[in-house]
Amino acid sequence: MKEVILIKLGEVVLKGLNRRSFEDVLLKNIRRRIEPLGGFDVREIQSTIYVTPRDGADIADAEERIAKIFGIATYSRACETQKDMTAICESAAEYLHKELSSAKTFKVECKRSDKKFPLNSPQICAEVGAFLLERFPNLQVDVNNPDYTVRVEIRDYAAYVHGNAKRGAGGIPVGTGGKAAILISGGIDSPVAAWMMARRGVELTAIHFASPPYTSERAEQKVVDLLCRVSEYAGRMTMFTVPFAKVQEEIMAKCPEELFTIIMRRFMMRAAQKIAEREGCGALITGESLGQVASQTLQAIVCTDEVATMPVFRPLIGMDKVEIIDLAHRIDTFELSILPYEDCCTVFTPRHPRTRPVLKFVKRAEEALDVDALLEDCLSRVKITKIHPNR
Amino acid sequence: MAEIYFDNSATTRVCEEAAQKALEMMTQNYGNPSSLHTMGFRAEQELRAAREAVAAQLGAKPEEIYFTSGGTESNNIALFGAAHARRKRGNRIVTTQIEHPSVLNAMKKLEQEGFEVVRLKPDMWGKIDPEDVRKAVTSDTILVSMMRVNNEVGSILPVEAAADAIEEAKAPALLHIDAVQAFGKLPLRVQKLRVDLMSVSAHKIHGPKGVGALYVRKGVHIESLTYGGGQEKNLRPGTESMPLIAAFGAAVKALPDTQAELSAMKKLNSLLREELSKIDGVTVNSPEDALPYILNFSAGGVRAETMLHFLSDRGIYVSSGSACSKGHESHVLQAMGLPRERIASALRLSFSRYNTEEEAKEFIRALKEGLATITKRPL
Repeated sequence: MKEVILIKLGEVVLKGLNRRSFEDVLLKNIRRRIEPLGGFDVREIQSTIYVTPRDGADIADAEERIAKIFGIATYSRACETQKDMTAICESAAEYLHKELSSAKTFKVECKRSDKKFPLNSPQICAEVGAFLLERFPNLQVDVNNPDYTVRVEIRDYAAYVHGNAKRGAGGIPVGTGGKAAILISGGIDSPVAAWMMARRGVELTAIHFASPPYTSERAEQKVVDLLCRVSEYAGRMTMFTVPFAKVQEEIMAKCPEELFTIIMRRFMMRAAQKIAEREGCGALITGESLGQVASQTLQAIVCTDEVATMPVFRPLIGMDKVEIIDLAHRIDTFELSILPYEDCCTVFTPRHPRTRPVLKFVKRAEEALDVDALLEDCLSRVKITKIHPNR
Repeated sequence: MAEIYFDNSATTRVCEEAAQKALEMMTQNYGNPSSLHTMGFRAEQELRAAREAVAAQLGAKPEEIYFTSGGTESNNIALFGAAHARRKRGNRIVTTQIEHPSVLNAMKKLEQEGFEVVRLKPDMWGKIDPEDVRKAVTSDTILVSMMRVNNEVGSILPVEAAADAIEEAKAPALLHIDAVQAFGKLPLRVQKLRVDLMSVSAHKIHGPKGVGALYVRKGVHIESLTYGGGQEKNLRPGTESMPLIAAFGAAVKALPDTQAELSAMKKLNSLLREELSKIDGVTVNSPEDALPYILNFSAGGVRAETMLHFLSDRGIYVSSGSACSKGHESHVLQAMGLPRERIASALRLSFSRYNTEEEAKEFIRALKEGLATITKRPL
């Protein structure tokens, strides 16, 4: 019995004249992701992508990866069979044996894109249905609300039998929405923000601020691990680690303590923007959510954005912490995010950060620093790490 | 006299890569992976690399791999952990009569605790009938434990049937596979096999003794037997034995391509089978489709131990039954219903990638000599 994965496209189908280019990117992403598993053919025919394992390749591994590729509305494992009613009926009974023997009610749905096939869709449904009723005495037909739906598709080269399709990751293919840089900390929020923008087709570059010797290699490894998880969805990316301790020490030494956080954020924006420009990114992404901490109040964001010339995307801005955590669980980053290592945002923390900073005073406080020299120094010591999905 | 080591199912010679790694971990990279400083971090990186290597070999995720002190501990954690975690959902445990003592004895203990243990009987070739497995698994079965490959005769057990049976009976059962003898020798993909728990050991694949791993499928909860500082996510706490774990990882990485080695073993095995079949009074006890790494046969009329020592004198090392049941009659061959004489004269050859066809031929010569020398004594 030959098993394949059938993939139905999502939002891509709304793209009119540009559709072809979206589909090409999606095909490329699927190939790149499952090729390392060895031996799969990936091709598109009539708006369906067929993933066919050559001998020995494990279809379950491919399925697990396909579930995470953006641009896919639904996918299902299906049994490929000859275009012959006996073969179709037998395959349905054998392939869906487990589901059919535990269901009480079922129906058959048919799509016939090969109009030369002698029976029409209702006739095929009736015949397969009758066959299965006889084979599985536990079953009754219910066309309105069945426990299980058997789907038969008659296509040009073969027929396919499958059950309920699974929901794909949705969104649009990564690489069709330009490139942006995510400021990633190792907390719960930024990996979720990265995932959300990748789902909108944005290719990612990652920028992480580390404060060795105050933060450990573990904290940095944690970010690498988080990005590996995100890259299962977003594809491979480059991570730039900016050593930030010297900047922080300077701010701590020369600026008012209560403005430390906001001035640090402005430095992060400036540094991130420099790297983003060099990498050809069109925007920055942060995991900020309004009102979550002192640097995420409206006034603080105004002060931070004043140094940004690129658009700053904040996909979580209106989200509740519980919603963000739910998403972190869904993309499997939560457990990693809560590992307890100090990061650059926790090493120097003012006792009472100003929650409503005023831009004028922030700028005045910053005059004590040689902004350009500090930036140049930390940017000259940036470390580059290649991130790719490790499973 | 060159030695011929045909007892690789008992244990193997540690490969160069693993030995080097252990030395490095003991003398240079000796940090505790739980320490926050750089020494700790470097040790943790090695722990992680080893975990990834074992996971990759099983088609599992790294976070599903727990390091233990070896196959016995993995089996114990799996069996008690699973039985205790699921005791509210049923009382029945299904296993076989030909398991390793670490499973058999754990099962005895579980029986004393009040579980009903069903032990499936093998046929005369040490094979378990998939139909028997299906019949044994009921809707109140909480655990099915079966070895992938039998350590004495090499028979391959129908673990796929166990997964099917659990699904068909809609049983709340976890499926545990003792894969110690199959690890590195057969393709073991946890997803494909649909297992919840799987035990493996380092010293059967040219890694050190004293280290093994338990695969626990993500989302499956089993109870811990020991309590400590949170290492291995509390399932097996205690400071990680880094020299052994890192060497385990190195041994896994040094494994040759499974398929290629399997066909080399098939050649060696069939050469021996053919030669053995020509000797009067010798009967092969391993089934035709056994894992080719193991070949069990009886040299009729000669006590196994006598022959073992005769060969040992000539630098040829084989086993009588299993090394774990030193001196006792094999419970596996008994369960297979073999006549006493065949059990008493049974020898096990087990191979590794370091064995050659020349060694096989040399062994046959020595065996023939032994049969001729040792006068037939009544058993």
